[in-house]
Amino acid sequence: MAENTEPRIGVFLCHCGTNIAGSLSIQDVVDYAKTLPYVTIADQYQYMCSTPGQKKIDDAIKEHNLTGVVVAACSPRLHEPTFRTATKEGGLNPFRFEMANIREQNSWVHMHGMWEEATEKAKDQVRMAVAKAAKLEDLIPKSVPVERAAMVVGAGVGGMQAALDLASAGIKTYLIEATPTIGGRMSQLDKTFPTLDCSQCILTPKMVDVGRHPNIEMMTYTEVEKVEGYIGNFDITLRKKARGVLTPDEATAKGIVGGGCNGCGDCAEVCPVIKPNPFEMGMAPRKAIYIYHAQVMPLIYTVDFDSCVKCNLCVDACGDKKAIDLEMQDEFITVKVGTAILATGFDLIPIEGKREWGYKQFDNVISSLEFERLICASGPTGGHLIRPSDGKTPMAVGYVLCAGSRDNTGGVAKAYCSRFCCMYSLKHAHQMYEKIPGCKVYLFYMDIRSFGKAYEEFYYRIQNEGTKFIRGRVANVLEDPVTKNLHVYTEDTLLGRPVDIEVEMLVLAAAIQPKEGADVLRKKFGVSASQDGWMLEAHPKLNPCGTTTAGVFLAGVCQGPKDIPDTVAQAEGAASAASIPIHMGEVELEPYFAMCIEDLCAGCGMCVNLCPYAALALGEKNGRTVMVVTEAKCKGCGTCGGFCPGGAIKMQHFTTPQIAAQIDAFFAGGEQ
Amino acid sequence: MADEWKPQILAIICNWCSYAGADLAGGARIQYPPTIRAIRVMCTGRVDMLFILKAFVEGADGVLVSGCHFGDCHYLEGNYKAAKRMFMIKSLLRNIGLDDKRFRMTFVSASEGAKWATVMEDVTNTVKQLGPSPIKEFKK
Repeated sequence: MAENTEPRIGVFLCHCGTNIAGSLSIQDVVDYAKTLPYVTIADQYQYMCSTPGQKKIDDAIKEHNLTGVVVAACSPRLHEPTFRTATKEGGLNPFRFEMANIREQNSWVHMHGMWEEATEKAKDQVRMAVAKAAKLEDLIPKSVPVERAAMVVGAGVGGMQAALDLASAGIKTYLIEATPTIGGRMSQLDKTFPTLDCSQCILTPKMVDVGRHPNIEMMTYTEVEKVEGYIGNFDITLRKKARGVLTPDEATAKGIVGGGCNGCGDCAEVCPVIKPNPFEMGMAPRKAIYIYHAQVMPLIYTVDFDSCVKCNLCVDACGDKKAIDLEMQDEFITVKVGTAILATGFDLIPIEGKREWGYKQFDNVISSLEFERLICASGPTGGHLIRPSDGKTPMAVGYVLCAGSRDNTGGVAKAYCSRFCCMYSLKHAHQMYEKIPGCKVYLFYMDIRSFGKAYEEFYYRIQNEGTKFIRGRVANVLEDPVTKNLHVYTEDTLLGRPVDIEVEMLVLAAAIQPKEGADVLRKKFGVSASQDGWMLEAHPKLNPCGTTTAGVFLAGVCQGPKDIPDTVAQAEGAASAASIPIHMGEVELEPYFAMCIEDLCAGCGMCVNLCPYAALALGEKNGRTVMVVTEAKCKGCGTCGGFCPGGAIKMQHFTTPQIAAQIDAFFAGGEQ
Repeated sequence: MADEWKPQILAIICNWCSYAGADLAGGARIQYPPTIRAIRVMCTGRVDMLFILKAFVEGADGVLVSGCHFGDCHYLEGNYKAAKRMFMIKSLLRNIGLDDKRFRMTFVSASEGAKWATVMEDVTNTVKQLGPSPIKEFKK
């Protein structure tokens, strides 16, 4: 296509059934498009994205020798790739295509009594798109090789599953975990609904598999410090937090033969510092040198340097193994990976923010995770359910569902459904009858959402076991100062009357929120957040594992509340998606690179400082100092081009003449 | 005539947040005034001050630049750099005698469809109150 020929643009309008055609006059816009400069053909079709629709483009390019194609249809975020392919099949460079978004940004937002205005807007949009299309240039996407390695951040059940899948597909996988052990939230649970499998029993085999897999490099007590690069070539800097304890491998590397931590625990025995164990929700003690629980992976102790008094008793107890190094510092290492999966999970909301339920005010009001630990055989009480105030076995227990979920009152409350609280509360009710025959169980609920496979049947089973279901949101909880029992006030909305129920212990099924620190992490990876704070998927229906950052995927609750089966399913999906670029071996990057127009560049270097990716530098060319672009580093934001005082930077596909033409076209207006 | 006048407002919006937010408003069928025409750029960092000035010179009654929230930029910090320039635009407009309310920078994320519609309402109302751009007079 010779550059100096007059542009010949084809315009195609999509009806999208009645999605577009029901709100504006396609025929008027087509007639109008025919009057625009450079437009050689203007046509319309019911569904441009269908095979015959795409064929129209293909045929028109050949028949009319087009230099550019405009499709006025839905959002380019949806069908730009489709029509680029059609443009390519017609024999044009795919970047000779421009889209006018007359659906999401026109017909769907100007629906009622706006026929003329919407039609006018569509004309403007088409005119602006034609103006840009007339100035589009051929671009060649750059292919880059993909590093044969992946990273999974977060080693809960989702992260572990994703890592296992990637590793089993032959991909070197770094599994990064911020705490000293893998396992995540699931390892804190006692049983899982609706099968009542012991949570640890089904999780620990996976943990062992992760630890053994030759392709998995498990890095616990490690956080992501910095993310650089792009799909196929991420350089991720990790902070290996000072653990204070050497693994056997690390010890061998230091020349301590046969040394390193073997998990014997002699150190913890002598340690004089006692702190609450966060794994037991603070209900059991741990020392300053500790493991979370007996089944940790890896079985390596960790020194909590915030509370360690450096008395050196542990060092002496460790003896010849010489595993403990109290002078250890954080280490930084950089690894190169092709793709990454985020699986950071969740925290409970600080439910004490809902003061009416008395959490942290009354001893016997506990959260659901605390209940999990209290009823768990490996928990702080060895599975003997007792209540905090006096250690007595509670004979009447209440459960408050939707504690902070589906709640629009603001503060710590969340508008969304946390999705698994109904089911685990039913499980808790069942466990009460199992452990304490003859007890009374009250469940305060809004709706029971038992949507999963075999969930509804589980609900019936719990109903038949004798649990009292009271449909009402708990308004207030008061403590009897003598007995430490709790009075739960609510309206039984099925009976239509207020009730006051005395229980000996109250469990709040607290809402969940993104894991602390997940916000900082997602920003490092360039992942957006949904309005509710969870990480934003690329498309809620069609791309639930992807993100807007190519090569970065999501697994599990970090993307939104979900139970274990859904988490594992999404993790497998994310692993599959993350393995595709790696198995392809190379990926195409959109060719939106900055280019230096050397004749105009004065070599001032303003752009060099503006570039967030260090893609620009000053260099010598023909005896002059000019800016030089490293294309592989440039991500095409155009921040340099937006500032260059000399207009010497050409942002491909978003060039100044192209944008200026769009602006001109908008204000040119009217019939031409 | 006053009722007939429809403001011409240009919006330059980033692909990752505001454009996606606008698409979301569409998907949710949230209605807003048909006064605004958008140009998509990859990042608000791409927005040259000259684009905005050009729009005003050509007769824009209002210009909107909309990007990601601070800290949420797909390109790390393009929106900060854009925002800095936008302050300059405001003072420049004041200096040449245009009301600086004709120009606005907003931050609408990919999940804020409803906010996009509110911004559209707001910008339209502001510009409607200010009336046609005086620069239009020169162009006659």
